[in-house]
Order: sequence, then C-alpha cells, then structure tokens
Amino acid sequence: MTTVPVDKNAALRPSGRLEGIGWLVNDSLTIAWRYLAAMLRLPESILFSAIQPMLLVLMFRYVFGGAIRGVHGSYVNYLMPGIFVQTVAFGAVISAVGVAEDIQKGIIERFRALPMARSAVLAGRTLSDLTRNACSIALMAGLGFAVGFRIETNVPAFLAGLGILLFFSWALSWGFSFIGLVVRNSETAQVATFPILLPFTFASSAFVPVQTMPGWLQAFAKYQPVSQVVNACRALMDGGPTSFHVLIALAWCFGLVAVLAPLAVRRYRRPA
Amino acid sequence: MPDPPAIEAHDLTKRFAKGNVLALDGLSFETPPGTVLGVLGPNGAGKTTAVRILCTVLVPDNGRAAILGLDVVRDAVAVRRVIGLAGQNAAVDENLSGRQNLQMVGRLSHMARGQAKKRAEELLEQFGLTNAASRSLKTYSGGMRRRLDLAAALVAQPPILFFDEPTTGLDPQTRRDMWTWTERLVAEGTTVLLTTQYLEEADRLADQVIVVDHGKVIAQGTPESLKADLGSTVLLVTLENSENAPRAAALLGPLGTRAPIVEDTLVEMSVENGPKAGSEALRVLDADGITVLGLVLREPSLDEVFLKLTGHRADSGPPAVATQASAESVGPRGRSAR
Repeated sequence: MTTVPVDKNAALRPSGRLEGIGWLVNDSLTIAWRYLAAMLRLPESILFSAIQPMLLVLMFRYVFGGAIRGVHGSYVNYLMPGIFVQTVAFGAVISAVGVAEDIQKGIIERFRALPMARSAVLAGRTLSDLTRNACSIALMAGLGFAVGFRIETNVPAFLAGLGILLFFSWALSWGFSFIGLVVRNSETAQVATFPILLPFTFASSAFVPVQTMPGWLQAFAKYQPVSQVVNACRALMDGGPTSFHVLIALAWCFGLVAVLAPLAVRRYRRPA
Repeated sequence: MPDPPAIEAHDLTKRFAKGNVLALDGLSFETPPGTVLGVLGPNGAGKTTAVRILCTVLVPDNGRAAILGLDVVRDAVAVRRVIGLAGQNAAVDENLSGRQNLQMVGRLSHMARGQAKKRAEELLEQFGLTNAASRSLKTYSGGMRRRLDLAAALVAQPPILFFDEPTTGLDPQTRRDMWTWTERLVAEGTTVLLTTQYLEEADRLADQVIVVDHGKVIAQGTPESLKADLGSTVLLVTLENSENAPRAAALLGPLGTRAPIVEDTLVEMSVENGPKAGSEALRVLDADGITVLGLVLREPSLDEVFLKLTGHRADSGPPAVATQASAESVGPRGRSAR
C-alpha cells in the first residue's frame, strides 16, 4: 500500500503577509465570480432585477412627478438621485438573502473547510453586489435621461455622485450580509430587512423635502444616512452647495463600512 | 520520531448552547494512515459534530484533535490543506454547473487556473459527469449530485477524507458505486473517516470501527472482532410449514444460548458452536418428522452488535429517501425508545 506523501512542512509554512493578501484577492475574486456566474445562468433573474429599478424610475417619474410640489426646478432632476439611492438600498436585500441561503444550503460549511481566506466569502459577496449595482445604476441613469433627467452640473460631478452611490451600496452590502449571517434563513432574511429599509428610504429626502415632515420625524429624516447620500448625489447632479453634503455622505459611508465590515467578518468567523 | 496518526481525537467535548445539548462527551480515538475508520452510531450520537471539529469548522469546548499531527484549532489553516470533506453538511452550489463547482473548489484550494480546470475535467470524467458538466446542478439527480459532492472533496487530492453519511438517502446502485470509489481511494493510500448509520456500510468498508453513542466511544475494533465479541453464531432454520415452527422451536431451544425467535417458517437462535449445533438441529428435527428447507449459519451482524452495546437499535432499516432537512427532523429514534 502506498501512502500519499504529505509535505507537512509545506502545510505548516506560514504564509507571508503579502502572500496572504494575494490569496485574499484571489479568493474574493473567485467568490465574486461564483455569484456573477450563478446570476448569468438565470437570465430571468437578470431580467427581473433590471425591470425593478426601471419600473421605479418610470413610476416615480410619471405617478408622483406631477403631484409632488414644493420643489424648485425640475422634479425629475430632484427625484432621480433619490430613486438611485432607494434602488441600491432595496437591492441590498439580495445580499442578506444570498448569504442566508448559502448557510442554509451548506455551501458555507464547505468554504469553512477549505484553505481559503476567511474574509473572502463576504468580500466576494459584496464585490459581486457592487458589480450588480453598477449595472442597475447605469440602466436607471440611461432610462432617466430618456424620460427627462438632465445633469445640471457637469459630467465629472455626476460621475462622482455615482461613485458615492456605489460606495454607499457597498457599505449596505456588508450590513445586509451581516443580517443574513445572523438570521441564517433566506425567507427570514427577506422579511427582516424590510422594516429596516422602509423608514430609512421613505423617511428621507429621497422623494420629498424633509421640511414637509412633522418636526419629530424631521430630526431623524434629516441626519440619517440615506438622506445624506441623497443630498450629496443631488448636489453633485442637480447643483447647489456641494462640499458639505459630500463630506457628510462620505463620512457616513466610511463609518458604515468601518463598523459593518468587521462586524460581518467577525460573525462569519465565529463557528456556528 | 514516529509518524503521527492520520486522525486523532483526545477527550473531545462539545456542548451546544441551543437546547443545551452535550453533543460530544469525551470522544477519543486514533486511526493510522491508509485505513478506513467507520464511525457508527444513530442519529444524534455526535458523529457529525465530531467530523465538523476535525474539519476545523467547529471548535471543541475541551480536548484536542489533530490531523497528521496538525492541531485542528491551532494549525487550522494547515489542516484545511490536507483534508477533503463530503457528505450531508458540505454542499455544492446549485446555481452553478458541475464544472463550475469543481473549478471553484480548485481555485479556492489555491490551485492555478489551468490546473483547476484540468483537475475538474479529470474528476468529471472519473465520476461519469462529463456529459452533464455544463448543466446547472438543479437538473442533476440525487445520485449525480452526490457524485459531484464526492468529486468536490477530491479536487485538491487530500490525503485525508471525511465522508459524513455519504450514502444516506442514496439508491442502492449509487451506494455500491460510492463504496467502490472509496475502496479505490484507500487502495491509493488515502485515509478515510466515514460516518454511517448503515452497519452494512461499516462492515464492508471499515478497517476499524468505533461505535459512538451519546457523544462517546462505547466500543471499538475491527468489524470482525466486534461481531466476535457477541460470542455466538446465529443459526437460522427455514421450515416447510409454519405450523411446525413452535414445535421446532421447542425442540431446538436446548441447543441455543437464548430462546429461539420464530417468524413464520423461520426459526432464529444464537448458538455457541455453529457446526455442531447445526447438525444436531437437523438430527432432532428429522427425528420428529419436521421437514427442513434450509439451514444457515452466520456471524452476527453489526446491527446485533449495536443492539447489544447500546440496548437500542441503530437507526438502520431501508435507506429512506430523505432530504437533509427531514433527516434532521427525524431525530434520534433509537434514543426516544428509552
């Protein structure tokens, strides 16, 4: 009987720091590829995830576009940044559901027994979410231009706005992945995220000026991150005082990632 | 320095906060390289918990375990480079194709892209999945999925393999195929730890068996030695006519170590000396004019070993086609009988 030679020294050799980062990148890209490849195998899911943001643009543009007053300038221009932010916020539900499903189906168990970098599962997950969000934002912006949305500032400012939007979506991916890790069940993940999303997206400056809300609600609506990101995007796309809003929005995004990413990674590392 | 055991566990304990279940209660064993260790026990005995600890997925509360001398907690990353895991807990990705799954595992095992691709094709070929390679796993049958699961465990050619109830819920043909593949791997020098509820499976594959109940080892040895511990042979007599069975049982009674069991035309009993009891049985029955259609002497099955050791039956019976979820919810049937 032959024995498979095992190079125990090779197995034990500590990986250098640089090598470790290399593997983290390799593993994260592999996991991101996994999610994107799975998505590409389901053309109908791509279709529906494309239809939803497009419908939102059209509904808000034509249903509310005429009724909502109290905004100076074009309501379409006012609205579009709000729809962008709302769509990436609701899109984050997919992160929670995806992670919960991975736990439920046992694929995480296999990942945990592989020599891969531990934070790569979540890094890959959020990277694939970022890619998906970039696509849906491009789609929404294209449609927005078709229904009357115009950049009132300049193209670099507009692109900077999209950049903040993507940064925010990435921060949300970490947070919602954490929720998925905690609830461990895809149906629960689905219902658990809505009570969080609704107040943040609607009690915000996304669709109406915060000043129209009652005082107690204003206090929340004014300072919460969705409003701040909307304000920054609106300033960068539609004009107005910019640097203050952008700084606050960036501070929120950095802060959320700094808290939520380690939280999610720690939760993932904690053995079940 | 002597080579360390392929797999060793020393006094492992694990308590789950949820339900306050003591899953492992001082589990210890060792297995040398190149052998198959059968871990036998009913549902809820702690088999899967033990495998999860050995695969570095879970951390034990107390005790220690090592793979090829590498500590599963301290050297977890090194352990992951020498193990492969297949079975009820470790899944494959349903939304990907078979080929994509194997390539992914290869990449995550840090193989170069070309190498991962080559290895995936080899395994698809070996497990007869080449034709289905680019199809989504959703279209795979249960047997195909299990083969892919096994293939996924073999991607990095690990010297140590863990099969956690690899044939639960499989059809008999795929079960036999799994056994053949396992035997081939062991012939090539791989060490396999196999958990099972099927005594037949442990009997067929395992060099050594440990019987686990309530989170600890209650017996160990080769399948043969465990059966020999029962100290007797089973004598089965098939009669022509079931009406004669009670009379036959009464006549045969004195030959056995326990009262014979009658089931229709079959009389079953334990005897000390098989051949002697067999010829004596034929003589007394013939003298009384009872026609015998068949007589069988056999070693006791591991099922009987299990019954004797634990006082309850292993969850054997026909391999029910159960999904993972329902298999979990069935719970320890044997235990509730206590």
